[in-house]
Amino acid sequence: MSGQYIIRRLLIMIPVLLGISLIIFTIVRVIPGDPAVVLAGPHATKDVVDQVRVQLGLDKHPVKQYLLFIGNIFKGDLGNSNRTGLPVTKEIMARFPNTLILAFASILVATIFGVTTGIIAGVKQNSKFDYLSMLVALFGLSMPVFWLGLMLMLLFSIKLGWFPSVGAESFKHLVLPAITLGANSTAIIARMTRSSMLEVIRLDYIRTARAKGLSEKVVISRHALKNALIPVVTVIGLQTGTLLGGAVLTEIVFAWPGIGRLLVEAILSRDYPIVQGVVLVVATMFIFVNLIVDILYSVLDPRIRYH
Amino acid sequence: MSLLQVRDLKTYFYTDAGVVRAVDGVSYDLKEGETLGLVGESGCGKSVSALSILRLIANPPGKIVGGEIFFEGKDLLKISEKEIRNIRGNHIAMIFQEPMTSLNPVLTIGLQIGEALELHRNMNKKEAREEILRLLRMVGIPDPERRIGDYPHQFSGGMRQRVMIAMALSCNPKLLIADEPTTAVDVTIQAQLLEVVKELTSRLGTAVMLITHNLGVVARHVNRMAVMYAGRIIEQGPAAEVYAHPWHPYTIGLLASVPRLDKPRKERLVPIDGQPPNLILLPPGCSFMPRCSYRMEICSKERPELRPVGDGHFTACWANMER
Repeated sequence: MSGQYIIRRLLIMIPVLLGISLIIFTIVRVIPGDPAVVLAGPHATKDVVDQVRVQLGLDKHPVKQYLLFIGNIFKGDLGNSNRTGLPVTKEIMARFPNTLILAFASILVATIFGVTTGIIAGVKQNSKFDYLSMLVALFGLSMPVFWLGLMLMLLFSIKLGWFPSVGAESFKHLVLPAITLGANSTAIIARMTRSSMLEVIRLDYIRTARAKGLSEKVVISRHALKNALIPVVTVIGLQTGTLLGGAVLTEIVFAWPGIGRLLVEAILSRDYPIVQGVVLVVATMFIFVNLIVDILYSVLDPRIRYH
Repeated sequence: MSLLQVRDLKTYFYTDAGVVRAVDGVSYDLKEGETLGLVGESGCGKSVSALSILRLIANPPGKIVGGEIFFEGKDLLKISEKEIRNIRGNHIAMIFQEPMTSLNPVLTIGLQIGEALELHRNMNKKEAREEILRLLRMVGIPDPERRIGDYPHQFSGGMRQRVMIAMALSCNPKLLIADEPTTAVDVTIQAQLLEVVKELTSRLGTAVMLITHNLGVVARHVNRMAVMYAGRIIEQGPAAEVYAHPWHPYTIGLLASVPRLDKPRKERLVPIDGQPPNLILLPPGCSFMPRCSYRMEICSKERPELRPVGDGHFTACWANMER
């Protein structure tokens, strides 16, 4: 892993993000609904609406609007929210830590449970544990997030009262949303780890390791695991990216003040600057996660070298 | 006393298509320091019989269903999992066919050699490192100080197989099982590797079981040979004797199909007609009968057992003609 490689990867981000900015800029303007009308209210006169439009800068030619948007990004300015008038960067910074906490808590839960379950299921193929865990994983894959969220809330907050149902004030508030959001990823990671483990454990070098007299524990943990985890890391990376941007449903069910909810609210009120800002931030995170995954590959597999 | 005594070993594989009798009643002995060649076509059960010794058959689908394997008087099939682990890599070591896939791609070769040293010889990291360097030097890997931290993909096929040899000999095993150690490497490298094995094992007094389909290899490197066909040994004896006076029609066929540099080139190689039998549906009599040009009535009815035909020379064939 050369520093040069990382720098090159970071530079490639610029055209990617420019492309994304253009796409999201276009999409928000293509969806029906006029931000000026929304902001001015249902009873506003045409004059008022026009005035609002000028205030928002939406009277300018779209090309000019886009260039202004891009120019401001390089100054670290994502514009101001239509609704609150506050800088978009400020709005996002207020919400983003919550999303990060939730996403990383979920992926942590998913990785720990998913990888552990996958290893045991793979090593003890066709055992009761294997069948049961894969059945549960199938449920985890098929369950809609909002439904699982509501069910957990019903059981653990309303019936048992162990955890609060909504909000983000304490660690206790994090538990249910993290499990809800991580359930799907846990299932995917468990199944991936299992099949990867099954594949690796039949390979020649595992037989070589056994022929050395190593205990089964060492064979699995030292010889099989590192190889089996290579494809799993890809899945974990993809899941992390998805969780960062896709926690919308969970955030809404648990009233979690993250950027997923910010995004939905912004879309509903046609708050263009916020939508654009959130999408760009999520895209940037996604690209970073991918870079980290690629770096992790070369840590796990010495055959992978980047130049 | 024999170092290794295999008695009536049976290893079957339970597949959807039926029971594959990969090894079906194999017996042989190996004395200390002796070299035995186990010869036969692919799929005749040579590798399976070798893996059975260390109980490395994947179960399921494979299972050792019968027989005894005495190593230094102990039946390896009756001892505990912990005891067999203490034998593996320590008293009996193995070299596998594919140097490309038999080494772990994500671990350094130093670590992979060192594991056995730390496990069986109770060495600490520092002692192990010195010993690894010595082993690498011993098998002829240049610049071991630099190579000890390299990964398998940074070595050529021949060099990887040298690493495998170093790994196998690291604990001074009494018995080395080499399962087609040279099949996957270039012909020129083959000879070098076998010389390395031969030189080192004779210096260390290690008995060797050399599994191969290459009769040329057997002729040069072993004291005794056993020829396997369809999961059974059909001929065994001193290598020179079996070469000079092959008895079983299959052995005769095998030897006739080997290209010889010392014979005129216009002599054609003689292939053995037909295919090896399906190990699920073995005929009741001699497995080689359908391909045999000497077959008699009894061959299809009763299976021939090994019987002496010379000094230490045995064959499993009914035919009794002058050859």
